[in-house]
Amino acid sequence: MALLARLGLEPAEEEFYAAQLGGILAHIDRLREVDTEAIPPTAQVVPLANRLRQDEPLPRLSPEEALANAPEARDGYFVVKAIQDSGDA
Amino acid sequence: MATISELHDRLSRREISASELLDQQLARIEEQEPRVHAYLRLTAELARAQAQAADRLFREGGPVGPLTGIPAAVKDVLSVQGVEVTAGSKILAGYRPPFDATAVARLKAAGLVLVGITNCDEFAMGSSTENSGYFVTRNPHDPQRVPGGSSGGSAAAVAAGEAVYALGTDTGGSIRQPAALCGVVGMKPTYGRVSRYGLIAFASSLDQVGPLTCSVEDAALVLEAMAGVDARDATSADRPVDFLSELEAGVEGLRLGVPREYFQVEGLEPGVRSAVQEALRRLERAGAELVDVELPHTDYGLAAYYIIAPAECSSNLARMDSVRFGIRDESAPNLFQSYLRTRRAGFGPEVRRRVMLGTYALSSGYYDAYYLKAQKIRTLIAQDFQHAFRDCDAIVSATAPTVAFQIGAKVDDPFSMYLNDVLTLGGNLAGLPGISVPCGTSGGLPVGLQVLTPHWQDARALRVARAYEMVRDAA
Amino acid sequence: MPLSDWEPVIGMEVHVQLATRTKMFCGCSSDYLAAPPNGNVCPVCLGLPGVLPTANESAVEKVVKAAVALQCEVAEHTKFDRKNYFYPDLPKGYQISQYDLPIARGGSLLVGERTVRITRVHLEEDTGKLLHAGDALHSAEESLVDLNRAGVPLMEVVSEPDLHSAEAARDYAIELRDLFRAVGVSEADMEKGQLRAEANVSVRKVGESALGVKTELKNINSFRALQRAVAHEIERQVDVLEEGGQVVQETRGWSEAQQRTFTQRSKEEAHDYRYFPEPDLPPLHLDSGWVSHLRQALPELPARKRERFRSQYRLSESDARLFVEDPDRSRLLEETVAAGAEARITANWIIAADPKLGPAHLAELLRLIEQAVINRDQGREVQREAEASGRQPQEVVQALGLAQVSDEAALAGVIEEVIAAQPQAVADFRAGRQQAVGALLGAVKERTGGTANLKVASRLLRDRLSQ
Repeated sequence: MALLARLGLEPAEEEFYAAQLGGILAHIDRLREVDTEAIPPTAQVVPLANRLRQDEPLPRLSPEEALANAPEARDGYFVVKAIQDSGDA
Repeated sequence: MATISELHDRLSRREISASELLDQQLARIEEQEPRVHAYLRLTAELARAQAQAADRLFREGGPVGPLTGIPAAVKDVLSVQGVEVTAGSKILAGYRPPFDATAVARLKAAGLVLVGITNCDEFAMGSSTENSGYFVTRNPHDPQRVPGGSSGGSAAAVAAGEAVYALGTDTGGSIRQPAALCGVVGMKPTYGRVSRYGLIAFASSLDQVGPLTCSVEDAALVLEAMAGVDARDATSADRPVDFLSELEAGVEGLRLGVPREYFQVEGLEPGVRSAVQEALRRLERAGAELVDVELPHTDYGLAAYYIIAPAECSSNLARMDSVRFGIRDESAPNLFQSYLRTRRAGFGPEVRRRVMLGTYALSSGYYDAYYLKAQKIRTLIAQDFQHAFRDCDAIVSATAPTVAFQIGAKVDDPFSMYLNDVLTLGGNLAGLPGISVPCGTSGGLPVGLQVLTPHWQDARALRVARAYEMVRDAA
Repeated sequence: MPLSDWEPVIGMEVHVQLATRTKMFCGCSSDYLAAPPNGNVCPVCLGLPGVLPTANESAVEKVVKAAVALQCEVAEHTKFDRKNYFYPDLPKGYQISQYDLPIARGGSLLVGERTVRITRVHLEEDTGKLLHAGDALHSAEESLVDLNRAGVPLMEVVSEPDLHSAEAARDYAIELRDLFRAVGVSEADMEKGQLRAEANVSVRKVGESALGVKTELKNINSFRALQRAVAHEIERQVDVLEEGGQVVQETRGWSEAQQRTFTQRSKEEAHDYRYFPEPDLPPLHLDSGWVSHLRQALPELPARKRERFRSQYRLSESDARLFVEDPDRSRLLEETVAAGAEARITANWIIAADPKLGPAHLAELLRLIEQAVINRDQGREVQREAEASGRQPQEVVQALGLAQVSDEAALAGVIEEVIAAQPQAVADFRAGRQQAVGALLGAVKERTGGTANLKVASRLLRDRLSQ
């Protein structure tokens, strides 16, 4: 999980979090008591639908504004470290 | 402490200028801040320019509103163009948004004088502001105690007179609970009332922006300036905005629902219970009818919340990848390591916990058992409220089960910390408007009364809170 | 065992860039190539903290149009979902896509004689682009990120595994391109990346019903590459199986340079995308009246149009294809014919000369050629002039003094001069070398400044030489 979420944990930390999360999950497991077979899920609690935008251009940032917060940028691009295919890099 | 309307009168009568008011505010901050630590950073320069602009309007008879020239603070999760905004997290250190959150833009248009950015739990995850990546904010009523959270900086700033009003955000109680613990008014509007555009997301289906103020009327004024549909937020609703006209209508003839389950929650302190019961008696004497209602799935709210909010946050925080903004660990040999090391250095323990929990709840093979299940429980909780509102016009309870607790008392036990939200998170799961108004003390520390109303009945929640404020202050 | 003992089974996933003005979830331009790097971005498509998506109405409409053209069932209720994975060209750390409730399902497309079933059609957003310093992905020390393309609307069309040859896979993709162009939802130009085809390929012994292990082919940039990649992959899988090996489920890329496929990612490394409903976008309810209106408003679809062009205009199959794949071109043909021109002459002229004229002017130009007022070469010149000036071809002919010389007496005089000047060519012709006429006609053309009616000149010259 920590890897999937890109959290770089040390082994000792993994144990610490596993124990804590175990406690929380034990509480969460009480949800199994509730029969929800016939209950629809709620993804959004205030019912809205079809909130669409017209296909009209809006102002853009300049490349300078776009890159202003970047840790590293060059020639108009964001720069990142080499991509090593670690599977799902 | 002066309210917005009192200050507005003084500004209108030219008894004081916005610049002088700002100077007083900054002096108060300088005096209080070493004790309270409410602000992550001050924006005095911006505030001066805004105060001068407000003074021009007053001087030249330009359009002024109730908020023109009033010094205020904004929680460190709302984007302010050109101002460092970090969501209380190290990972966003130095980030300056190139745009304003809609709520901020609307307040600017209404004459905002922004004095500073307030501390909060990292990415609004917490109930004590101890999870801030920077420092702990103190409760002005007792600096050894927490101000609540996650909008603890905003609540403490208003309580200590370091801002006339402040913006917070509420995902599971993050406005109402610190308001209760600091003895101020805090309101979470109906989900969809205030645009979330520019609010650094914690849990998108639960987050709402709202005010922390000294009075109920102030909350209505600030909300009125921020609310309304926004083309940039597809979940913002096109509903009429009027929070003031029925504010003084009182509670006579209103049925106030008292949910049995909310008075039996784990850890409800007797002092809090009796303060709230006293408040209910006063409301009854003012003409309200108290009725018993049931919220039978209350027990499952916390569990559902701690699936849904972490699941959404695990996705929302994925953009913190140090490509376009934020800090970066330069030692990493490759991109994968860069992600790991940066997020390791940037995220605190609570964020890690929730990101892991949420990643787990959404992962292949666990989705149905956790995320989908939680969404179904969410349906049941929303239905509980719908059923209860057939028998009452508003639901009243304590805002938080306890008064402000000692700093450090709960940091090692995440679950006991989560119990702080047990009375507020139902309102988020169901999308309801809710307000916390101070209702006496327990052991010398403030207690909050929570009022919840049906969707879009924000004005009614304000009206009940205002009615309570009247009977409280008359006593 | 020969290749013919194996049956390839191919399903396709095709991504098509929709021809909207703006991106899927923000107001930046969908013409991402027109701006400098990171010059077509805003806080939303940069994925800055706190921004929210707003869905493009036109993109939704275009997907519904494409779906009804594919005879799909359009969903009444549909929604967006988040597909979570980390990659630097994906600014938010998730792609907004559609998971369990796509806009449409269950359609079909006729490819040649065979029907290919369409599984689903859904809407999502494109990623940005990565450039690798150095040319290889894995050896580069750093990569450059350009987010101009991030958020451009993409439609994904997934087929059932109903294709059974590399050619059929290619034809399916071409048929989709023609369909989307006809319906006006995409330019679908594969070279420009507006249509990206991925093929899921497996093989099984002829007669077996169970499916073999499949591989997914990516990085395909043209129809020709698609055909070659699939053909190569079929052969590779058959080789592996015939040698007693097993096909590994994986993603394979196509190397244009080496003309072979290679492993990109194996199944063990597959993502866990953790799909969940996008909380920032309310669901869509597609009104059935609106959908049937779009269905009724569909233009004539490519298969039918090709058939009509063949029967009505007597075009060859390949010429009919050339027209139907380009709606502008087929419109010009139809309108020029309607303005009185002959269909095959018009078609040939359009294919050869690519005129930028309106149908009335093109019909007039073709009439001038047909009536021998000008010859074909002059016709090209008149076309250029008419394109540049916007004047009628008739006017251009007069203004340039271009009228063709068909007067036999005048041409006879020129012919005498040419015969006198080129005795060798005359001798060659009389010795039986017919091609010598070409040289003599060329000389006639030259001496008349290109105005000679070559049909008439040729007859006169042959008559004269046979005397």
